[in-house]
Amino acid sequence: MSPVKQERVLKLCYGRLEEVPKRAWAERIRDFAEVSLGLDERWARKEATRCFVCDHPNCVEGCPAEVKIPQFIEHVRKGEFEEALAVIKETNSLPGVCGRVCPQEEQCERNCKLGRKGQPVSILKLERFVADWCRAHGAAEGPRVEIERNGHKVAVVGSGPAGLTCAADLAKLGYEVTVFEALHELGGVLVYGIPEFRLPNIIVEEEVRDIRRLGVEFLTDVIIGKTLTIQDLRELGYEAVFIGTGAGAPILPDIPGINLNGVYSANEFLTRSNLMRAYRFPEFDTPIYVGKRVAVVGGGNVAMDSARTALRLGAEKVYLVYRRSREEMPARIEEVRHAEEEGIEFVLLTNPTRVLGRERVEGLECIRMRLGEPDSSGRRRPIPIEGSEFTMEVDTVIMAIGQDVNPLLQRATEGLAHDRWDRIQVDATGQTTLEGVFAGGDVISGAATVIKAIGDGKRAARSIHAYLQAKHAPVAAQRAEVRG
Amino acid sequence: MGYEILEKRALAPGIKLFRIRAPLVARKVRAGHFVVIRLDERGERIPLTPLEADPQAGTVTLVVQEVGKTTKQLGEMEPGGELMNFVGPLGNPFPVKRYGKVIIVGGGVGVVPAYHVAKELKSLNWVGSIIGARTKELLILEEMFRQISDEVHITTDDGSYGRKGFVTEALDELLARDSADLVVAIGPVPMMKAAVEVTKRHGVKTLVDVNPIMVDATGMCGCCRVEVGGETKFACVDGPTFDGWLVNFDLLTRRLNQYRDQERLALARYEEERRTRS
Ligand SMILES: Cc1cc2nc3c(=O)[nH]c(=O)nc-3n(C[C@H](O)[C@H](O)[C@H](O)COP(=O)(O)OP(=O)(O)OC[C@H]3O[C@@H](n4cnc5c(N)ncnc54)[C@H](O)[C@@H]3O)c2cc1C
Ligand code: FES
Repeated sequence: MSPVKQERVLKLCYGRLEEVPKRAWAERIRDFAEVSLGLDERWARKEATRCFVCDHPNCVEGCPAEVKIPQFIEHVRKGEFEEALAVIKETNSLPGVCGRVCPQEEQCERNCKLGRKGQPVSILKLERFVADWCRAHGAAEGPRVEIERNGHKVAVVGSGPAGLTCAADLAKLGYEVTVFEALHELGGVLVYGIPEFRLPNIIVEEEVRDIRRLGVEFLTDVIIGKTLTIQDLRELGYEAVFIGTGAGAPILPDIPGINLNGVYSANEFLTRSNLMRAYRFPEFDTPIYVGKRVAVVGGGNVAMDSARTALRLGAEKVYLVYRRSREEMPARIEEVRHAEEEGIEFVLLTNPTRVLGRERVEGLECIRMRLGEPDSSGRRRPIPIEGSEFTMEVDTVIMAIGQDVNPLLQRATEGLAHDRWDRIQVDATGQTTLEGVFAGGDVISGAATVIKAIGDGKRAARSIHAYLQAKHAPVAAQRAEVRG
Repeated sequence: MGYEILEKRALAPGIKLFRIRAPLVARKVRAGHFVVIRLDERGERIPLTPLEADPQAGTVTLVVQEVGKTTKQLGEMEPGGELMNFVGPLGNPFPVKRYGKVIIVGGGVGVVPAYHVAKELKSLNWVGSIIGARTKELLILEEMFRQISDEVHITTDDGSYGRKGFVTEALDELLARDSADLVVAIGPVPMMKAAVEVTKRHGVKTLVDVNPIMVDATGMCGCCRVEVGGETKFACVDGPTFDGWLVNFDLLTRRLNQYRDQERLALARYEEERRTRS
């Protein structure tokens, strides 16, 4: 057995290295700086030695971004961090983002062979380490390669992870890509939804900057379906379009009192705080209201982010009201743990029935639930327990029970088929019912994950390439004939 | 890549007109549409309804009443200066069609969207306009209304010009004399609410333009929700034009006052800053 292999086997016995460092809760709830601190160089290299560098790596299969995981980890082990980043960036343009927000326990790390007996390799933490190290050492862009442009224009609608990925992959293939974004900042949910303490905006900004370096052009303040239509894009010479407009429309329950002052959709609350920087009001113009006692309704990442944001904005007590039990919470495990550490009180098996108050929220009436038979999602269905209503004394309510697809573009685009939740229909290649128009990310599935959006963006880029090659092949062949 | 101010003109004390270069938006703006602007990287997003747009020149004209921090700050900007963001057109266009006899009521700076609507309705309808202000020097767009209306009535609260009283009193009289097929009322919430009370009495269908607080204005946050016929609607994507008889104006007022304290603070802070600067 080679010394390297020996070391790896030994490491296997130790199981996972200690917990990754993070800031103490008492300190971190007072500001918006990042909670999780990431690995340092020694630690990362040590963790990298645990990887078996499998011949048929299952982890890669669990990664829709197709990152060559064993290869990059091998570089980390050798201390070749720039090379590691180059390997990652070959397929994933958003490593600093993924390294922070991926539900790794359901993706790559779930497939890690080490995970069967002990702890899987901390792939995600290593990815983040590589991205952060390179950023800190000014090497994030990686080696600059001149890409030959092929003269074909592609439009990407929406700058969330799906759009960014599709744009980057197409630019690498030589396409002239323009990304059209409705908001004034780029990144979609990554900048308007996910808070600074989990994903600093600077990370998104710099990864977007690197995509710009690939030759991608970004236009903000353009709403496709309003400012320009898909038809306008075709007339402007875009030969293919990718739609990655996400699932940004908040769902609000139809209960009395929902429009009282002090009831927010999580989207509004988070958009005010993150995108508009209301957490720095009045230095920034946009205000936000957080009372002393806040109830956040929901059990996903959006609910955790809202609850933890409310705490940082000065709430004295934050409840998280969820209709199922802890096991069914769809949020990332790490975030649930962080929320609990920070003192968020989970009120489980509970659902709101009424918001109380005259002008402002004065309370939230809830009902207790029990779990019945599993429903279509495979999770046990919550059933209200009659007569169990009770009132929570709160002055702010944040609804984080899900997002629908925003139908704005669909309404303005004839022939673009969608289901009754406005999710755009696509075939196995990601193409919609309009020729040359592709879609991916939350807009085809409803609210999902960053990594799923990235996977969709990659699929669409590949399909657009194939589509345009096929479209131009006869012409190219003809030209060759004429010349020949 | 800002949006340049090409022209600035004072229309009345505290009310200014800005012509802004925004070619993409200018091509699409119809009556009923609004835009969202943001002045700088610390700015808030605020909705404004254009007076008109010139697709050839690529410009959109806004009229702004200085009420809060952002509108005061804009009021101090000069031609050559740039707005950081300018998005639109947002909301649904006004349903322009043949109604017959239409009375357009505009109060305060509500005369701006009212003018845009009147102008587009003109070719298909008989248009009578009632415009009003608190006092003579605050009355704007009178000449423009005269050019596109079959009849113009003017009111001022203090009687310094035109008929003394509110636009809604003039509306009541007009409808008492001769009914109409449609009333369009745009202005401050109390004015729209009063106008609807009048038209309900006379049984005339009424469309109003609501103006709640907005953030994204693309249907993403729900900040702009209003109740129409007991149902929750997002004004930015479902409106801004609604059947006035069905709008819950009290809720609209409450929601508009949601950040009153913070708005005061922001304005005071801005004015303090300006004083120390000069
Ligand atoms: C608060 C919050 C926390 C989350 N946490 C996690 C997490 O920890 N891990 C995880 O994996 N996932 C998380 N998610 C989910 C994840 O963010 C989304 O699944 C992912 O961002 C979807 O990517 P997308 O590219 O499809 O769309 P989005 O990120 O939604 O981006 C769509 C973009 O398109 C723009 N747009 C929309 N309509 C138009 C139009 N007509 N014209 C032009 N532009 C338009 C939007 O403004 C937006 O910028 C979270 C979501 C939220 C809201
Ligand atoms: S302003 Fe955000 S949904 Fe209307």
